[in-house]
Amino acid sequence: MLIELKNVTHIYNQKQGIKALDNINLKIDEHDFIGIVGHTGSGKTTLVQMFNSLIKPTSGEIFVDGIKTTKKNVDLNRVRQIVGLVFQYPEHQLFEETVYKDVAFGPNNLKLKKDEIDKRVKVALDLAGLDFEEFKDRSPFNLSGGQQRRVAIAGVLAMRPRVLILDEPSAGLDPQGREKLKALLKRLHKNYNITIILISHRMEEITQLSNRVIVMDHGKIVLNGSPKEVFSYKEKLESLSLELPEITEILFRLRERGCDIRTDIFTVEEAVEEITKLMGSQKDAN
Amino acid sequence: MSLLDVIGVEFKYHGQPEPALKNINFKVKQGDFISIIGANGSGKSTLAKLLNVLLKPNKGDILVEEINTKEKEKIWDIRKNVGMVFQNPDNQIVATMVEDDVAFGLENIAIPSAEIRKRVDHALKLVNLDGYESHETHKLSGGQKQRLAIAGIIAMEPSCIVLDEPTAMLDPQGRKEVIDTIKFLNKEKGITIILITHFMEEATVADRVYVMNEGEIKLQGSPTEIFREIDYLRSINLDVPVVVEVANGLKKEGINIPDILTIDGLVDALC
Repeated sequence: MLIELKNVTHIYNQKQGIKALDNINLKIDEHDFIGIVGHTGSGKTTLVQMFNSLIKPTSGEIFVDGIKTTKKNVDLNRVRQIVGLVFQYPEHQLFEETVYKDVAFGPNNLKLKKDEIDKRVKVALDLAGLDFEEFKDRSPFNLSGGQQRRVAIAGVLAMRPRVLILDEPSAGLDPQGREKLKALLKRLHKNYNITIILISHRMEEITQLSNRVIVMDHGKIVLNGSPKEVFSYKEKLESLSLELPEITEILFRLRERGCDIRTDIFTVEEAVEEITKLMGSQKDAN
Repeated sequence: MSLLDVIGVEFKYHGQPEPALKNINFKVKQGDFISIIGANGSGKSTLAKLLNVLLKPNKGDILVEEINTKEKEKIWDIRKNVGMVFQNPDNQIVATMVEDDVAFGLENIAIPSAEIRKRVDHALKLVNLDGYESHETHKLSGGQKQRLAIAGIIAMEPSCIVLDEPTAMLDPQGRKEVIDTIKFLNKEKGITIILITHFMEEATVADRVYVMNEGEIKLQGSPTEIFREIDYLRSINLDVPVVVEVANGLKKEGINIPDILTIDGLVDALC
């Protein structure tokens, strides 16, 4: 078990008393790839900020790799080395003169040796898909939006986190940028054994990448299971004004018309195969 | 008469070796709904900025209701005619109260206050924000903020609105609100729309789609025509709507269905 939340409740404004998180119990295992969905204001961002102790809950307990982070005097640096957080629009936080300095900022704070920092910056930029020699001396502010975002992600990767949280990392990226980001996350998860927690409004991303989906509403976890389980609750998701993945939507609509068709499919290829089978069997029946 | 006439336009940013736009030619008529798609860096936003004179072409001409955007003293007339909505909702709001924000542009051009009241109320109604007149702008959702930005533009009574990825920073709910508003303004109010977007589903709503790559318009046609070119779109780093991909896959399997752009269309064709 890497992260565990026990009865976690958070209230931002005591006067209003609205619970941003309402009695959350959650376990995240090493090597999970978790997708978190929920409409704006459902508590997704507050939840992930609990994981690296950016916010401490009003009540409840949180454990990260055995460290009780809700205890006083906890070593926050250690917690944040384990759990790296990529904020929404992380490129807004770039500030250094060069790409190298920006990515090296975290490792520098760890007081690492110069050649270790060098190595980490190289590896992080390489992972993020940016050529070290080409980008190291460039100003982060003269890069495209997609490149800036990758520099920001490299800055978090250079800290070598075991858990990587990303809050809407594909917002505003073009299709190519989104594909590259997806490939990066897959690589980090498979080849580097990093546990990943992804917040996204794009259901296709969630179904293609994660092994577990958490659905939030009003500060509560309302669904928690494999993509196949979670996206079988069509009415529930619609009542939370969440979109279904487009493939799922197509299959459900066909089933509503009386077609005998599976709905737990998330790729175009499988959907085509399933619909083709259906059309074939209808032909035979005629 | 065309509303917009873009003739042989080229544009190069200072210090860049390659032009951002090359040989751009198109016409837009009053009431058209055009969407422009293209990967990052394809020149979409540059083109938008040329249309409302934030930039001027190095070569060629842009005529807005027959006024050339190079005519310095006409800049403000053109900008009044071609309203622009940007990506980030937070960068476009100037006032703390909703109705003041809509009135901002009108006050700047010294419209009488009774007329301002009328136009503000009308604009808020059109974007479905009536009742929010005295709300604080910073408390609005992203979708509401973008609709407020659109209201501010409508109040100026432009003949054309250019929207540069207006939904990129919104959640699905906000995206739907904004797209519904744009459709309504075009279909019911006859306002000309130029919508730049990364969401292919949004482009299917338009009457015509322009596909940009490397500073040029490479394809133009109806959404059905454009999204037939799946392989080409992929080759220039665009995707196609999932439903189009599914329909295309089914055709390859020998299932006879027409060109399809929406889930409704696919379901109807199959059952």
